Amino acid sequence: MNIANLLKVAWDAILRNKTRTLLTILGVVIGISSVIAMVSLGQSSQQSITEQVSSTGTNMIMIMRANQRRGGVNMGSDNAQSLTIADVNVIEKQAKYVSMVSPLVSAGGQIVSGNNNAQGSLQGGSTDLLEIRKLSLATGSNFTKEDISKYSKVCVIGQTVVNNLFPDVDDISEVIGKDIRFKGVPLKVIGVLESKGNNSMGQDQDDVIIAPYTTVQKRFLGTNYLQMIYCSAVSEEYCDDAVTEISLLLRENHRLSDEQNDDFEVRTQAEMLSMMNSMTSTLTLLLAAIASISLVVGGIGIMNIMYVTVTERTKEIGLRMAIGARSKDILLQFLIESAILSLVGGLIGIILGLLLSYAGSSALGMPFVVSYSAIGLSFVVCAATGIFFGWYPAKKAANLDPITALRYE
Amino acid sequence: MGENIKQNQSNQQQPTAKSIIRIEDLKRDFVVGNEVVHALRGVTFDIKEGEFVAIMGTSGSGKSTMLNILGCLDKPTSGHYYIDGVDASQCSKDELSFIRNRKIGFVFQSYNLLPRTTSIEQVELPLLYNSSINAKERRERAEHALELVGMANRANHTPNQMSGGQQQRIAIARAIVNDPVILLADEATGNLDTRTSYEIMSLFQKLNDQGVTIGFVTHEPDIALFTKRQVMLRDGRIMKDLLVDTQSAQAALDALPASDDY
Ligand SMILES: Nc1ncnc2c1ncn2[C@@H]1O[C@H](COP(=O)(O)OP(=O)(O)OP(=O)(O)O)[C@@H](O)[C@H]1O
Ligand SMILES: [Mg+2]
Repeated sequence: MNIANLLKVAWDAILRNKTRTLLTILGVVIGISSVIAMVSLGQSSQQSITEQVSSTGTNMIMIMRANQRRGGVNMGSDNAQSLTIADVNVIEKQAKYVSMVSPLVSAGGQIVSGNNNAQGSLQGGSTDLLEIRKLSLATGSNFTKEDISKYSKVCVIGQTVVNNLFPDVDDISEVIGKDIRFKGVPLKVIGVLESKGNNSMGQDQDDVIIAPYTTVQKRFLGTNYLQMIYCSAVSEEYCDDAVTEISLLLRENHRLSDEQNDDFEVRTQAEMLSMMNSMTSTLTLLLAAIASISLVVGGIGIMNIMYVTVTERTKEIGLRMAIGARSKDILLQFLIESAILSLVGGLIGIILGLLLSYAGSSALGMPFVVSYSAIGLSFVVCAATGIFFGWYPAKKAANLDPITALRYE
Repeated sequence: MGENIKQNQSNQQQPTAKSIIRIEDLKRDFVVGNEVVHALRGVTFDIKEGEFVAIMGTSGSGKSTMLNILGCLDKPTSGHYYIDGVDASQCSKDELSFIRNRKIGFVFQSYNLLPRTTSIEQVELPLLYNSSINAKERRERAEHALELVGMANRANHTPNQMSGGQQQRIAIARAIVNDPVILLADEATGNLDTRTSYEIMSLFQKLNDQGVTIGFVTHEPDIALFTKRQVMLRDGRIMKDLLVDTQSAQAALDALPASDDY
């Protein structure tokens, strides 16, 4: 039997068995498209987090108070009051790899303006805080060093705060010069930040009020301690050097002996990124696991349909052998049939999978990522199942004597 | 009916006719569980070119078993089977496929047509397994075979659109499309009424007149009268082998009462 006849025989059989054709293709399509869509969405979210983190500045370094064990008692990070303005000054004066540094203190409470109010937190920093965190002003100005030394009651606010407290304002520049009250203390708005949208964790990055750290310490917290210190390395490559340098300076400043652990923790954005990435790759893995289940379900579907149809078609196999088909011809026919079905289903599945991931990622506002490994893997799995279970029962049927196959009920 | 029964002397009658089928001491045992069923217990005979042989016998006498071996659908347990000079009992599976494809046409009691497939495609099917025939020749030969069985106007019909007799005609067209050296039929009229059976027998007679050699299994004596020779089996052995005073199936058809024509 030549290849043209073989293709004709296989093609005729595909057209004749429409239900089988549709069900098999459906099985392949479901298996492949769900794997592609899920893995792509997982990778989309991973990429969107990466983009978010880099937009906050890849050379940003955060210094936090560390969990401290003293005499076996965990003091907890809120009780460990290790960071002071002296630390900020040491870093500012002595660290070669650090270009900017700012303390960070924050207080939570109610913000009021006229009849409008909202819950929020007031963050205090130095003049460099905005630049370190890659925040820029849409209108107005930042506070000055003088504001810091005078504990000025001024603040810079984000877009969400503007919307909440000044819903009637058309032009944000009208907000400049107005007062808002935080815990009853009036603060004059001197600047409004550009909108940054939600971050990867779904937090609104525009819901911020930033004031001089001295104002927050003296007027709201009543302490000299800092929650965090933000730094900026001179460039991304020097981040690690900056971390080492900061650690040495702080240990010295805190008079820690060699046996003592750090009472602070230095984190870079790169670390944040890898932490986030490990979280999202777990998510991707989870999605892939769910998708594999649908792949298996699709595969079992294909297997069943193929198995049942070959059993149904044993009489046909017997007849074909009775009129001169060799076992090899029968096998090849079924192999070609299932290969065509798997291939067609595979292509439709890939297209559908890509469409689904495109729709999903744009609905969730994430970048569209094509996962070639998911495409390849799911395609191979489905095609292999389809072809194997098309071939295997056909092989068993083709090994029967023609007369046994013909009499098959 | 003037039955003219005499010992088969076709050897003497047609000294020039070639023997196309020859079986020698053919045995076929089936093992079912611990028991052995001797379906054929040593059968010897031959069929010459142009013959129309009815293989007769009661149910279970081994008719189908023998015909399946003649059609290379089954292999004998022992003995020899020569078809067109080839010892089929020594052939491999693929060689048997080749013999079935080129030398044999088989007609089944239950037609065995492919569902949802048009007549012309059914008839083309055997030629698809013959690489030396191209698409054009395949179509021409299939059309010719359909014409021979009087089904040219049903070329695009599928089995569920045709009566049993019509389906059997399609099956006969499929069996003769490869110009077989022998046409084998197992109870080809078994599922049909009298009139349709006679019509089918008339078709077989016409094909035989055109030179097709036919082996025909039936247990109905009136159908066997339309053949030229009867081989009677009982319990896996040949009981009788005799020439028949052949009746014309067309004449029998004409003689059927008109009331049959409802
Ligand atoms: N595949 C098989 N397995 C076991 N025994 C079989 C098989 N085929 C046939 N036989 C046995 O061989 C014997 C002959 O069967 P065969 O089918 O040849 O009879 P037959 O003459 O065609 O009968 P019928 O007129 O009923 O079709 C029977 O006893 C039957 O039971
Ligand atoms: Mg029988």
